[in-house]
Amino acid sequence: MKRVSLFFTLAVAAGFASQAATAETLKTVKDRGQLSCGVSTGLPGFSNPDDKGNWTGLDVDVCRALAAAIFNDPTKVKYVPLSAKDRFTALQSGEIDVLSRNTTWTLSRDTSLGANFTGVTYYDGQGFLVKKSLKVNSALELNSASVCVQTGTTTEQNLADYFKGNNMKYEVIAFAGQDETVKAYESGRCDVFTSDVSQLYAERLKLANPADHVVLPEVISKEPLGPMVRHGDDQWFDIVKWVLFAMVDAEEMGVTQGNVDEMAKSDKPDLKRAFGTDGNLGEQLGLTKDWFYRIIKTVGNYGESFDRNVGAGSKLQIARGLNQLWNKGGIQYAPPIR
Amino acid sequence: MTTSPRQPPPQFVFRLKRALGGRAGWGGLALQVLFAAILIWIGYEIVANARTNLETQRIVSGFGFLRNNAGFDVSQSLVPYSGSDSYAWVFLVGLLNTILVSVIGIFVATVIGFLVALGRLSPNWLVARVAGAYVELIRNLPLLFQLLFWYLAVLGALPGPRQSIALFGSYLSNRGLIIPRPLPEAGLMPFAMALVVGIAAALVLRHYARQQLFERGRAIPIWPYVIGLVIGLPLVSALLFGAPFGLEVPVLKGFNFSGGTRVIPEFVALLVALSTYTAAFIAEIVRAGILSVHRGQMEAGLSLGLSRGTVLRLIVVPQALRVILPPLTNQYLNLTKNSSLAVSIGYPDLVSVFAGTALSQTGQAIEILAMTMGVYLLLSLVTSAIMSFYGWRLGRSLGT
Repeated sequence: MKRVSLFFTLAVAAGFASQAATAETLKTVKDRGQLSCGVSTGLPGFSNPDDKGNWTGLDVDVCRALAAAIFNDPTKVKYVPLSAKDRFTALQSGEIDVLSRNTTWTLSRDTSLGANFTGVTYYDGQGFLVKKSLKVNSALELNSASVCVQTGTTTEQNLADYFKGNNMKYEVIAFAGQDETVKAYESGRCDVFTSDVSQLYAERLKLANPADHVVLPEVISKEPLGPMVRHGDDQWFDIVKWVLFAMVDAEEMGVTQGNVDEMAKSDKPDLKRAFGTDGNLGEQLGLTKDWFYRIIKTVGNYGESFDRNVGAGSKLQIARGLNQLWNKGGIQYAPPIR
Repeated sequence: MTTSPRQPPPQFVFRLKRALGGRAGWGGLALQVLFAAILIWIGYEIVANARTNLETQRIVSGFGFLRNNAGFDVSQSLVPYSGSDSYAWVFLVGLLNTILVSVIGIFVATVIGFLVALGRLSPNWLVARVAGAYVELIRNLPLLFQLLFWYLAVLGALPGPRQSIALFGSYLSNRGLIIPRPLPEAGLMPFAMALVVGIAAALVLRHYARQQLFERGRAIPIWPYVIGLVIGLPLVSALLFGAPFGLEVPVLKGFNFSGGTRVIPEFVALLVALSTYTAAFIAEIVRAGILSVHRGQMEAGLSLGLSRGTVLRLIVVPQALRVILPPLTNQYLNLTKNSSLAVSIGYPDLVSVFAGTALSQTGQAIEILAMTMGVYLLLSLVTSAIMSFYGWRLGRSLGT
């Protein structure tokens, strides 16, 4: 009986819930009065609750920016912590409106899951974390090593491809949760812990002696991390896409959280268009005229969010690298707001 | 009057009506058909609706993904598996791992459970208290915590591979127990045949001895002959035809050992946790069964001059088994289903590998979960069928 009723529930959920979710997400969010945002269960720098239950992080900032643009209040967000296994099902079933959970943009995820990626919050790659005592300087020296991974991510496949491509043997131990994976690595069950490089830095902070571990120089895959929304709602797709682009464009135009009030009164044509003084770009999106002002006032521009969460102003101390603006040596590039 | 008595309706019509419709007859049959039709229609509606909605959202559905490459590796596999095998093969690997840990777990849990139950019923005060403490402690703690405890305790106690403990060519470290792998040699076939012949001969001897016991009252101790047959015959064949196995000794190369077979610590931790947990419940069931047998049986046996152990083995436990078997089946099914906790310690069982990794890679939740639940249902049904058969045979031999 248990099997039948669970199957029934799943099938009914797929049958009925999805109908309500297509093409009307903005209206549903406004009626609900709250944005439902899927985040991780706790990854420093990207989405992490502090001891009072407040969520911070780069992915969280995207959600806050969205809520600010819709409600003029960044606190009108419900954060739904999701593991790697159930993040897509939560999005497909309508439990969350947007999945902002350091998810890698791949073709199969863009097509077969019934969801779309709206942009890239963070250009990442997969790397390896090893103990310094192993005296390993390169990932190519890891033949026949034991590797701990978290199951349900692109990590496992990349790992298999890399070791097979370099004719190296390895043993993989796959855990459900990030915490168990790191604990097994720390206890010596495996020699290597592999994940996205940003996560390696974040998890290394949680270890007993962070200085005893080193991230190997090889980056073996492309992991563009970005938010996801469901298929079938183009307006919502555009909104989430342009909220992120607004943050990147703001940094390019020199608008910060500190100077946004004076910049709003500027006479420069591109700033006038962005702030809504000229034209009605915000309303074309389905938002208000001052959508850009709301976003930058509450969350700041992309660079500020990056620094605050994962960069120089945070404990992770990750360099901008690829995530710098296109005209400053990186590849963050947003289309113009016009 | 010479009228022939009215013939009763032919038996088969009556029997057919009863078989199809039960005591309600044709009316009952009509209701059953209607009910079945409604169920089928509901089932069809659900499936069709789900499929339409999945299509509208462009979520892939169907079982075609089973042919695609899995692209990931697992740490333990009873059949040869590599990253380029299909998802269907991954399903099989996970299933075999689950069956392996469940079968061995059931066996070990039963042994421990029986021992603890007998201990709790023992007249020895200390043994009874220790067994009681075991039961109370183990069955009141959540299984997940016990599993993590065993895993971390096992891992924490063992040294790294470069400092592994070496015993007789095997190495124990936190990568697992690595034992030399037997490689088949020339003498394998004769050895296997000699073993089979020895076991068959031992069974024949046992049958003969029991027959002699029941018909003539002659008790023949057959254990020397059994040992001679089962061990001696293969030994003779090994001497004559050469050793049946060569040993591939593991060697530490770089990070890990190469060669030999490995028992991974995840497997050991899962096995120990499942067995000890289920054994606590089985102990109580067995104790209940033994207590359900009338005390007079034990007293009668003792008064005949049999020892406590013999009375238990030959008189009390066979009668207790009738009470023990149904709840025992429950515990076996619980153990099988609890093995799905393996995902929290990285043991590649069915849920971890198929409903975990494969699900998040393909995103096809409905198909994968339906397959996984179907398999667990099948395993449970097979287990309860086996136990029912055993119970039936027991009932038959007891005359009930």
